[in-house]
Amino acid sequence: MEVAEQRLTAATFEELAMPLFDQLYNFANWLAQDRTEAEDLVQETYAKALKGFSSFQTGTNFRAWMYRILRNTFLTSRTGLKASAMVALDSDDAPELPAGPDTPEALLLEHSQHQLLQTAIEALPVHFREVLLLCEVEEMSYQEIAETLSIPMGTVMSRLSRARKALRDSLGPKQVRT
Amino acid sequence: MADDWTAKLETYLDGELSASEMRDLDAHVRSCPSCAADVLSQLQLKRAVHSAGKRYIPSSEFRERIRKSVATKPRRSPIRMWLGATAAVALLLVAGLVSWSGRQQQMQRQQVFSELADLHVATLASANPVDVISTDRHTVKPWFQGKIPFTFNLPELQNSEFTLLGGRVTYLGQTPGAELIYQIRKHQISVFIFPDRAVGRELGSSSKSQKELSFNIESWDQDGLRYFVIGDANSNDLRSLADLLKKAS
Repeated sequence: MEVAEQRLTAATFEELAMPLFDQLYNFANWLAQDRTEAEDLVQETYAKALKGFSSFQTGTNFRAWMYRILRNTFLTSRTGLKASAMVALDSDDAPELPAGPDTPEALLLEHSQHQLLQTAIEALPVHFREVLLLCEVEEMSYQEIAETLSIPMGTVMSRLSRARKALRDSLGPKQVRT
Repeated sequence: MADDWTAKLETYLDGELSASEMRDLDAHVRSCPSCAADVLSQLQLKRAVHSAGKRYIPSSEFRERIRKSVATKPRRSPIRMWLGATAAVALLLVAGLVSWSGRQQQMQRQQVFSELADLHVATLASANPVDVISTDRHTVKPWFQGKIPFTFNLPELQNSEFTLLGGRVTYLGQTPGAELIYQIRKHQISVFIFPDRAVGRELGSSSKSQKELSFNIESWDQDGLRYFVIGDANSNDLRSLADLLKKAS
């Protein structure tokens, strides 16, 4: 979503930002894990983005810019600070996750698998959770994720890989291949 | 040997390898059952996370609140837009109804006129065109007593070119009415009189001059009666007969 060189007006902001609303709301909920907090987060993100829109560089990635604002807003919030502190403690170890059921029947039930997966994603430390969601749900490229999270691409890849491993581990022995 | 590839599988599935690496890995996955199984399992997880991750949907109120907070130009609210759209649809409907009912009315009028033209022709073609043969209006008018549910006045024709030939009872849409035959020069003219409530509704209350199958028709509404003057005489003759009838009532 590259924004072509054009006169950036407030009307342009609305046109660019509103299509991202659903995705940002979803992402905010995954980060904050609380509806009210997520709404505050989205509201603050839009307010900040509108205010700072003149500083947005045309020709760069608007979506990454919006996600970056959302994420930074989250990280400086109370919940965000707590969440990132948790990551700092076990930063380089694979996160401990609640063990999933090991019956293959349970995994075959798509609905329960869906819920299991959601629970497992929720349980991921925020730095793993966000990278996984940006890649799988938002379908961002590594480059875009790196831009959004302001981290090198190598870190994107290693975090993504660890997040997936943690997820597979939590989903039970059946899913573990490596 | 598969280990070299295993590390790259994720990047491969994320579509982030270079084109040549993608090709190489493609080829490898086809020949390595272990990597193929891995790809399948990882792909399943990717898909599952993709759908499980789309979990939270904002309320429309919240969306509207944010939209308003970033909107610069006042946006028409959905309610007002809805109202506007409804009004437009309603207007179209009304216009449609009006034109439909207009057309409907015109069609009904057309039908009445063509029926009257038929009656007129049938009368002229009949061996006994009139049931009461009289040039005297004072004979003709009482003749209708008890035969039709209304009464009417006929004009004095002494100073005109018209001659009354007689009259008969006729029907239009199951309603009995009077048919009077007048003559001017060689032309015979039928004057039909019906109760207005039976035939007038489709015709409107205004006076009309019209042509039906090249017959001229004059029609008007008077004292609850609907008059039709129809014949092959020219429209001026029909109009002067109509004027005489109007004055007589």
